[in-house]
Amino acid sequence: MRKNDFDVIIVGAGPAGLAAGYVLAKEGISVAIIERGIFPGSKNVMGGIFYRSSLDDLIPDFYKEAPIERHIVEQKIWLLSEDSMFSTGIKSEKYNVEPYNCFSIFRAKFDKWFAKKVADASAMIINETVVKDLILDGDRVIGVKTDRPNGDLYCDVVIAADGVNSFLTKSLGLRKKITTNNVALALKEIIELPDKVINDRFGVSGSSEGVTIEITGPYFDKMRAIGFVYTNRNSLSLGLGVVTEDMVKLKINPNDLLEKFKSHPAIKPLINGGETKEYMAHLIPEGGYYSMPKLYSNGFMVVGDAAMLVNSIHREGANLAIESGKFAARTYIEAKKIGDFSQKTLSSYQKKLEDSFVLRDLKTYKNLPKLLEEKQYLISKYPKFIIDAMYEMYNVDKVSKSEKIKLIMNKAKKELGYFNILKDVFSVWRDFR
Amino acid sequence: MHSLVFIKQVPDAAQVRVDYHTGTLIREGVPAIINPYDTHAIEAAVQMKDKFGGIVSVLSMGPPMAEEALRKALSMGADKAYLLCDKVFAGSDTWATSYALWAGAQKVIQENGPVDIFWAGKQAIDGDTAQTGPGLATRLDIPLVTCAIKIIEANPEKGYIIVQRLIEGGSETLQVSMPCMITAEKELNDLRFSPLPDLIKAVKSSVQLLNSTNTTIDPAQCGLKNSPTKVKRVFIPSKRERGEILEPSGKEIADVLFEKIEPVLKQMGRV
Ligand SMILES: Cc1cc2nc3c(=O)[nH]c(=O)nc-3n(C[C@H](O)[C@H](O)[C@H](O)COP(=O)(O)OP(=O)(O)OC[C@H]3O[C@@H](n4cnc5c(N)ncnc54)[C@H](O)[C@@H]3O)c2cc1C
Repeated sequence: MRKNDFDVIIVGAGPAGLAAGYVLAKEGISVAIIERGIFPGSKNVMGGIFYRSSLDDLIPDFYKEAPIERHIVEQKIWLLSEDSMFSTGIKSEKYNVEPYNCFSIFRAKFDKWFAKKVADASAMIINETVVKDLILDGDRVIGVKTDRPNGDLYCDVVIAADGVNSFLTKSLGLRKKITTNNVALALKEIIELPDKVINDRFGVSGSSEGVTIEITGPYFDKMRAIGFVYTNRNSLSLGLGVVTEDMVKLKINPNDLLEKFKSHPAIKPLINGGETKEYMAHLIPEGGYYSMPKLYSNGFMVVGDAAMLVNSIHREGANLAIESGKFAARTYIEAKKIGDFSQKTLSSYQKKLEDSFVLRDLKTYKNLPKLLEEKQYLISKYPKFIIDAMYEMYNVDKVSKSEKIKLIMNKAKKELGYFNILKDVFSVWRDFR
Repeated sequence: MHSLVFIKQVPDAAQVRVDYHTGTLIREGVPAIINPYDTHAIEAAVQMKDKFGGIVSVLSMGPPMAEEALRKALSMGADKAYLLCDKVFAGSDTWATSYALWAGAQKVIQENGPVDIFWAGKQAIDGDTAQTGPGLATRLDIPLVTCAIKIIEANPEKGYIIVQRLIEGGSETLQVSMPCMITAEKELNDLRFSPLPDLIKAVKSSVQLLNSTNTTIDPAQCGLKNSPTKVKRVFIPSKRERGEILEPSGKEIADVLFEKIEPVLKQMGRV
């Protein structure tokens, strides 16, 4: 038998791969992380809200030294129609005290910092190298082939942390077919503005406090689209995620959509005078629980986006990636103790995920993608109704309030239909029960 | 054969922007790379090693993050890496830099033996002076070939190398004795795609730090204060006015041109 080059080889140095590498290296396990980018983070696009708790377990108080932009004190939800905006959200001083709940970050900087920590823990990070294939012995994964000369590496277990397009899970046949309904195309711009201007426009009292806005509604026509605006220190992350199927079906040019988004009367003043510094596009796996691949095989585990672990409604992805990376690493540590890396042993990885909030949350929302596929109007027609009703109630035009309520109810009956509303309430209740 | 390559870490010029208020470069967030010409110097040195055996040392002066550039050089096949890193070097011009690098080179020679060929890029893309290589050759008191585009023959046994270099409007071929200093153009070679074991070796190797205490460097010859170059002013060149385009044809054009040129020539006292 061939000698192993490393105990574990991790493919991809995103949050999932780095977290796994960190846990393993801290246990003294020899681990290599192979990344195709020139450095970890160089290929990563993220709107940029990072939840603290998952990484805090690994590196307590990491936020005190990591490159973060602002801690988030207010999270808003906006519903947009052509000319109006309905706003709701939560701002709390509880979000304004350490240890904060979440932060806006730039992945290029953040991942680089995280990678340094992982390297200091003595994991080996190999950049600018692409894993081209798995090396198999029967049905057992025993290593990887890279694009480099003399580029084969052997190990006990390969952890696939290679992101949404995970070529490795596909090549092992673990992945279900990814449909255009399962992935969203995300577009994002970084718009530079002086920090003082951002503080004023978003109503925060200092340049370390930040705000997030998630946006949907009839303004995005019949698309399953969610827009976002996040405050960084000297810039805004602004973008849109649209389920690719809708974009194809409605023949929408993503750039036009982004421009339309930026020109909305509620968005425009936020970015006015700003300079677009960067523009990026990336896929987000939004298929949820039912789109997950099989998470393990002999000598093989799948983590992060490669495993489709994204909770799109709560824009949780990076934290789930970290959580899954930790579980995979711990599973390896247990397997090493008994010297068995078969599916049977590694299946405890899935068990760990299932017992944690990661798969519990994904299960809660498991029917959501299907629900929105069938009833897109839940995020267009209903928001439109709310916006119109709100507008009516605040518009003083000498029509009595009771008359207005009657008008609104009639509108609900005409546009939505009472029976349909009941049906929709029931189906949402059934799906999230 | 022992080669010593001098390299510099520079901001990726393709991604640098100018702050039009202050006239300075915005380096924030711009990835740092090895000066592109230097990468060809490294490759040339590694090719020498592949052919004749021996080792390749690399030396850089810069902030702690320049270690990344040295690691990259190791992954390209270099064997030993040294970083001159000390506050006393800050703000050095090309004169002071070549002094510090020269002193650093003495340390490298002490540890790895005499050097046959010193290499550098022909210039750094951030300063574009092309003076450090020649400055080093002068201090080392050895023959210098700048702008090398081809190694025609190397003969370490007899101690010479024949190099083709770029000159204005063509090229010339020089034979110099070793030790010598060669500065590289990009045409000198094609960079290799390093094998994986070299990348792994690079991560595992350490970069040795040199400073004013562990070398014989005289701080009185380094840094901004001791640099003879003084920056008087940094400015953005004003945009050149677009020239006038004349469209008449035939004999007419000569007349029109003459009318334009005559007053200028008169002003210059030429007619
Ligand atoms: C626009 C946008 C906004 C988002 N906003 C948020 C947010 O606000 N909060 C949040 O928590 N999540 C967010 N997400 C999701 C989050 O970015 C992902 O869930 C997270 O990055 C997943 O981490 P990962 O490590 O699994 O994958 P990735 O971060 O994608 O990392 C995969 C790595 O693998 C490397 N790689 C791939 N294939 C190979 C190969 N064959 N060989 C070598 N290397 C390879 C890649 O270069 C990459 O570095 C957002 C995503 C997008 C696109």
